[in-house]
Amino acid sequence: MPEAGTGVRTLTGWGGTSPSAARVVEPVDADEIDDALIRPDGPTPPGVIARGLGRSYGDAAQCAGGVVLDTRRLDRIGPIDPETGVVEVGAGVSLAELMRTGLASGWFVPVTPGTRQITVGGAIAADIHGKNHHADGSFGSHVRSVTLATPSGGYEVGPEADADLYWATVGGMGLTGVITGARVTMRPVETSWMVVDTEQHDNLDGLMGALERVDKDHRYTVAWLDCSARGRRFGRGLLDAGDHATSADLGGRRPGDPLAPPGESRLGLPPHLPGGLVNPLTVAAFNEFWFRKSPSRSGRLRRLGGFFHPLDAVANWNRLFGRRGFVQYQFAVGNEHGELVARALEALQVASTPCTMAVLKRFGPGDPGPLSFPIEGWTLALDVPVGPPALPAALRHLDELVAEAGGRVYLAKDSRLDRSTFATMYPRLADFEAVCRRVDPGGILQSDLSRRLGIRSDLAR
Amino acid sequence: MNDAFGRPGSVIVFGGTSDIARALLRELAGAGCDRVVLAGRDEARLAEAKKEAEASGTATVTTLIFDAEDVAQAEAVVDRGFEMVGRADLVVIAVGLLADQAEDEADPARVARCMTVNLTWPAAALARVGHHLRAQGSGRAVVLSSVAGVRVRRANFVYGSAKAGIDAYARGVHQTLAGTGAGVMVVRPGFVRTKMTEGRPDRPLSATAEQVARDIVKGLQNGAEVVWSPPVMRAVFFAFGLLPERLWRRLPL
Repeated sequence: MPEAGTGVRTLTGWGGTSPSAARVVEPVDADEIDDALIRPDGPTPPGVIARGLGRSYGDAAQCAGGVVLDTRRLDRIGPIDPETGVVEVGAGVSLAELMRTGLASGWFVPVTPGTRQITVGGAIAADIHGKNHHADGSFGSHVRSVTLATPSGGYEVGPEADADLYWATVGGMGLTGVITGARVTMRPVETSWMVVDTEQHDNLDGLMGALERVDKDHRYTVAWLDCSARGRRFGRGLLDAGDHATSADLGGRRPGDPLAPPGESRLGLPPHLPGGLVNPLTVAAFNEFWFRKSPSRSGRLRRLGGFFHPLDAVANWNRLFGRRGFVQYQFAVGNEHGELVARALEALQVASTPCTMAVLKRFGPGDPGPLSFPIEGWTLALDVPVGPPALPAALRHLDELVAEAGGRVYLAKDSRLDRSTFATMYPRLADFEAVCRRVDPGGILQSDLSRRLGIRSDLAR
Repeated sequence: MNDAFGRPGSVIVFGGTSDIARALLRELAGAGCDRVVLAGRDEARLAEAKKEAEASGTATVTTLIFDAEDVAQAEAVVDRGFEMVGRADLVVIAVGLLADQAEDEADPARVARCMTVNLTWPAAALARVGHHLRAQGSGRAVVLSSVAGVRVRRANFVYGSAKAGIDAYARGVHQTLAGTGAGVMVVRPGFVRTKMTEGRPDRPLSATAEQVARDIVKGLQNGAEVVWSPPVMRAVFFAFGLLPERLWRRLPL
């Protein structure tokens, strides 16, 4: 039980929903982590979970009444092997930091999501994907080994060393143990610039067709949809397809250091903004502006940061949603269920829910992780504010459609899935739980997410 | 755990056979709530409420019998409820007794009973609920108050004053829970057509149990501290609060 004055803090995910209180500990080494895992205080295990930069949208890095291990002080970065690009890093190293260090000698992170403000530990635990999933797979495919602290001791696992535990850890949301470090394979780049083609499409069919087409020729692809558009323009959007610029691409067109890393965001929002700033009118106006500002053009040089991490331009943009917070609904379905993209946009429009961001992308084949999110096909991410009365039911309806189609919702984004739908979406849950029982028989590793979704059903919660 | 919309996965209801509690459970069943403990006095009516909760889709429903006149047992009853459900995301205190004002006000024993069931037992129980929620680091308690307690009136001040007490007490407990991940929400329904008010004449702005349940669910989503049901009651009672006592006493309410 957390006691006042011993580092008890109220935590939420990036969406700002479902706060809960836990004792937050900032370990600097493996011993301090073992203290939390192997000698948990209190008569019954209060629960322990790791937390990085808190970018999971829901309750994955919270542990109400238990202990949250803030891993950010596990921040060492080893030398990058000039031959293989393998680097040994602490779990608390951010991708921003890893990028900055790597770019100095021509290495980029193998996979990055829409923000670089996440830790390596979080990247593995959520098995994050990026705009290059169709070409390179998710983060777990670029990790040589992971060091893991568990209630049954330390492990060093990888695709060839205890593959069951490794793949359960990849996408396992921290429930197999506390990731303390990893060996990650970086990607060689000549510059920190991107060559980007942008296409405007006036409707969803055109956009989805184009996305399938450009995947063949570009490492990084993504589409942004205008959720407010209706009628003939329903599902209109912008498509970005990019590749790392070579020195030749740059051709002296950009002065300065060709490998300059992305800078820190300088903009921020004040806390406690009033609710209601995100409403159908403001969202429609923003979408119109965004769509128009990016006419089709090809071969444009863009900075890494602007291309990969547009959200990082404003440090705490999540405050825009006010006190009630917001939900990101991200699902993946197979290629044969592309119609769900349209169904999802319709569902939000019917529920009068303004959607501030809709990002569509194609996934390549998934990896062996039993809780890893990506499956080959389509993935759509939708940001919606908490508030519209019809929203919860609309999302439940979408859950059903996604589950029926054999798809799933991304746990790193989830804050509202129920137990039975979750079990349907992740049919290999039992495999995952079997691995957890091996390394954590007492069920000490738990999070608000694992309790909500009934992961480790062998334990009474 | 409560989801992003404040909807619980597990619920304990003290006063589990009340119409408002039952309507609330029907609302929540379709929203991911799958473990419920129903605590009440009457075994047969508990069984009926359990059947109804199961029919609306709640996977696990268990019952617990207790007597709200037995204040000494309040702590044990609450502990038992938490033990049965494991982690309680939502605890509803819907215990209540609306007796006959005319008979009550002249009878000290009946006044004491009304205070016990509507104030003393709920307050004792809430003290213990607060302890559990604090230890959990999460969870909400919902306390059924009433507009009758906002400004007590001649026609039902015995019941009204008990509700005024539990309303103020619950808001105090909420303050003690700041920063613990837990909280208390007070619900102030107006005149609700339920079995408790059966036979009494309808009033303007009266609500159904279903409407109150929907207002509670909305309040949970918004992280509200006080919920008025229907919401217009807040304005109505603000206006009532401005009336001089002499006039208030004579109003046919």
